[in-house]
Amino acid sequence: MKRVFYLVPLLLFMILVGYFAVSLRPGHDIHELPSAMIEKPAPAFDLAGLGESKPLALDALKGHPFVINFFASWCVPCRIEHPLLMRLAEENHLPLYGIAYKDRSGPITNLLTTFGDPYRQVGMDSDGRVGLDFGVYGVPETYVVDSQGVIRRRFVGPLTAETVDKDLLPLLKQLGQS
Amino acid sequence: MKTLLLSALLLLVPIAAGAVEPNERLANPALESRARAISEELRCLVCQNESIDESGADLAHDIRVFLRERLTAGDTNAQAIQAVVSRYGQFVLLKPPVEPATYVLWYGPPALVVVGLLGAFFWLNRRQPGAADTAPLSPEETRRLDGLMRENDG
Repeated sequence: MKRVFYLVPLLLFMILVGYFAVSLRPGHDIHELPSAMIEKPAPAFDLAGLGESKPLALDALKGHPFVINFFASWCVPCRIEHPLLMRLAEENHLPLYGIAYKDRSGPITNLLTTFGDPYRQVGMDSDGRVGLDFGVYGVPETYVVDSQGVIRRRFVGPLTAETVDKDLLPLLKQLGQS
Repeated sequence: MKTLLLSALLLLVPIAAGAVEPNERLANPALESRARAISEELRCLVCQNESIDESGADLAHDIRVFLRERLTAGDTNAQAIQAVVSRYGQFVLLKPPVEPATYVLWYGPPALVVVGLLGAFFWLNRRQPGAADTAPLSPEETRRLDGLMRENDG
């Protein structure tokens, strides 16, 4: 009985090691925050379109699952994911809508003419208020919304081919079927 | 000399400005001081270890403005805080609420201290031979002890 008692510190140590192993595992970013908006209805928005194009409103998007990408022309990591977004739009016909976070029409038009436009439509969130409603804390952020308008998934930071193939596309497929 | 003294005195004036920009401030001092108090308890999501009251990040600015709008619209402090929490999650609270998920956080350290104190108490108690363990000296032993003591004195 007494010998078992001496094992307690070892046991506690192993628990600590387990905790560190989980938190420090490769590919895990401890600064990435869980979204408070998952499984909640997406906040309503009705944003001015880019230039002369028509406004982007949540209500008009409901009815089929879609993806919202918060981006900006001043955002460097957005450039990293841009080619991937282009590929997704062209090859997978991703229903991708862009929200330009704290940006103006001019630079956004420049960006999209230079690097290509993966978005079906772009809304201008000039003061960042829609971003605030979504709980955006940095660009790029990507949200998957189902046909009822409920947020199902959030991706913080640039999308990668791996997260897209393993996570985003299967989820969209599943949402499209149900 | 006078200038030197004055500038030295100026150094002693506490600077409690935070990062709040002049154009963010509300005209109503009561509302403004409530807003300041709330922002000190909310975490800036970008810097993650500063309150939005101290942080110069753009997002902190946006949340400060948002808070002030809510307060102006008639929100109570709790409602305004809840509005931010429902968007960004409980992580924005610099002081986490006491609830089942945070019991370990709040009560873990005191519990460890109690366990440690109990352990130390029993450990020390066990090592000290209690009075009951020692049998009193027999008459024979008392006589021998007395004899030895007397020899020592002499």
